[in-house]
Amino acid sequence: MTMDHSDKPRVGLFVTCLVDAMRPNIGFASLKLLEQAGCIVEVPQAQTCCGQPAYNSGDDATTKAIAQQLIEAFESYDYVVVPSGSCASMIRTHYGALFVDDPVWAARQQALSAKTWEILSFLSDVMAMQIEQVRYQGTATYHDSCSGLRDLGVHDQPRQLLENVEGLSMKPLKDDDVCCGFGGTFCVKYPDISNAIVSEKTDAIANTGADTLLAGDLGCLMNMAGKLSREGRDIKAFHTVEVLAGMADGAGIIGSDK
Amino acid sequence: MIQTSEKFREHVAHALTDADLKIALTRTTGLLQSRRRQVIDEYPEYAQARIRAQAIKDHTLKHLGHYLEMFEANATANGAKVHWAATPGEARRIVSDICVKAGAKTATRVKSMLGEEIGIAEALADAGVERIETDLAEHIIQLAGEAPSHIVMPAMHKTREQVASLFDEKHGVAPDSHDVTDLVASARRELRKKFLSADVGISGANFLIADTGAIVTVTNEGNSELTCTPPKTHIVTVGIEKIVPGMDHATVLLRLLARAAIGAEITQYTTFYNGPKREDDADGPTDYHIVLVDNHRSEMLGTDLQPMLRCIRCGACMNHCPVYAAVGGHAYGAVYPGPMGSVLTPAMSSLEAAKDLPNACTLNGRCKEVCPVNIPLPDMLRTFRARQWEAGLTPPLAQWALKGWGFVARRPRIYRLASGLSVYGLRLWAFGKGRIRKMPLASSWLKYRDLPRPEKGSFMQQYNASEHAKRSRK
Ligand code: SF4
Repeated sequence: MTMDHSDKPRVGLFVTCLVDAMRPNIGFASLKLLEQAGCIVEVPQAQTCCGQPAYNSGDDATTKAIAQQLIEAFESYDYVVVPSGSCASMIRTHYGALFVDDPVWAARQQALSAKTWEILSFLSDVMAMQIEQVRYQGTATYHDSCSGLRDLGVHDQPRQLLENVEGLSMKPLKDDDVCCGFGGTFCVKYPDISNAIVSEKTDAIANTGADTLLAGDLGCLMNMAGKLSREGRDIKAFHTVEVLAGMADGAGIIGSDK
Repeated sequence: MIQTSEKFREHVAHALTDADLKIALTRTTGLLQSRRRQVIDEYPEYAQARIRAQAIKDHTLKHLGHYLEMFEANATANGAKVHWAATPGEARRIVSDICVKAGAKTATRVKSMLGEEIGIAEALADAGVERIETDLAEHIIQLAGEAPSHIVMPAMHKTREQVASLFDEKHGVAPDSHDVTDLVASARRELRKKFLSADVGISGANFLIADTGAIVTVTNEGNSELTCTPPKTHIVTVGIEKIVPGMDHATVLLRLLARAAIGAEITQYTTFYNGPKREDDADGPTDYHIVLVDNHRSEMLGTDLQPMLRCIRCGACMNHCPVYAAVGGHAYGAVYPGPMGSVLTPAMSSLEAAKDLPNACTLNGRCKEVCPVNIPLPDMLRTFRARQWEAGLTPPLAQWALKGWGFVARRPRIYRLASGLSVYGLRLWAFGKGRIRKMPLASSWLKYRDLPRPEKGSFMQQYNASEHAKRSRK
């Protein structure tokens, strides 16, 4: 892609609260991929969280305040890109419900929502990026996280991008479109049900024979990796961008005790 | 209606230790999912039919009064006696009065969820009438003294092995083997004699057709015909939202219903009932009643819960729900289980009585994806969460945690400090290990899973120290 410097899209990277605290590597991998794809990337300092915990708990007033804060932080960019399907969907598909009675904010929100993208679909659908000269030695299986899949149509993009990673072979996962049982606050409010669901998932993952689990949402990944680790299964978990950026080293999202 | 949704957590704890339940649920939901996928792949007009179905239901709901009046006039002209019941209690009284007047001793019944909703069993007991369930699965759970756990497959919670031993015990004659065919034959022997001698037949209706006054029932066993035709009296109990303007509309919905419910192109039996026996008819009831039940449905009209009234009771949402698959229908402690039940139950009871149901959902959206009339079930569950929050019903600890989080999330500087501190704290707590196995305040998470030890420094701390940050600040 040849672009004159001034033509390059300006992207505001929203790293999400979980990535910020638990897995900065995903943020850096996102930064690297976006730049490789030809974007000018900035990381606004005023970013915090998208408001999902409050929204999913029914606290609309707090969600609205958090959303306003996020809109102010990001509205000057051409695009807002998020390495998480559920946070991207929060901004893209759920913010609208918050401002129905507020025309001024509704307009600002709509403008922001329309330019907000989940990272894999942004790289693929908007930037038409091709992955080159990246290696990952292993056999991986892919789980479709719910919000990215159903709200944003993220399905083929990660699979196509991963096709060009040298050394990587992919194994299909049975019921790859079924929830892993994370569900944000669900997993702590109903730990026993969540455990029953994630146990099915880790069994299915183990049955593929893959040594690596990939997905596009750190919440789901922490849930599945946490369960795999508790079960003592030797399967590493990475966010897809870590592999695509050539930054998937070591033990993965949960380190080993050894 | 016995409302026990308060005990959701107890039921869940019980269900999760029941190995037979897990086997039964996995077998049946797995089969229904793959069958549904197959018939929908073979139905190129599916997407269009779904849009049309949604439009039909939305239109009818918008003009519900108009179509109900049209239905009443046409059904009455056909010879039906139409009754209106605002509450389950009223519906029960109407049914029991009809039975008493008819001098009924036995009643056959083809299962309908509305019948469960209004408490048909109680109504018949009040009228001193013996109730005979004619649906095979309902027969099974009547023998077991249980309640349905699914709206289409009421005995989904039982394995065929459990059914075989139940039949051995209750039918007196053991089936030759425990083949499904033998089990069915054994039930048929039990039920046949009862069909022909019943005084009253009670059914629900899948659709009410306004412009002809007809009612439609679908079954796979033909038990609707056997229930509704031989007895002198036929009583239909049905929810007011089941109405459609005309026959064409009903057929659009019928094609979707069968596919979504059991993965078949059409159900084995689809019957239109147009009124009592006419002079030259060979058979049919002479006394034909239709009881139209509201039970909070009209309160949902015009609110953000109205889309729920599009529901055609196909059960696809439960067959695809990971929570339902883990805990089964009885855990919901209500007539309607699964995703649709988690919306209907609080709408028909109260936010308090059903407080867990809207929360016990991961909002994964698969239910909405498979719903043939495109009901946004996750959005409606969230609506209830918002109502609970407003009403102060959210558990205090969660309220405080969220308020604290909300405060910090609106103040980036404080947020940076807090996230930096928590990363530091978590790393200390990990004691050099790659994972955390025990920690106060994270017991729910750590009960079943490990927590990663975060990297050194939050993203922002690392980023702000990087060359990239210096370049972009300039
Ligand atoms: S909500 Fe939709 S999927 Fe569930 S039973 Fe009703 S029509 Fe079927």
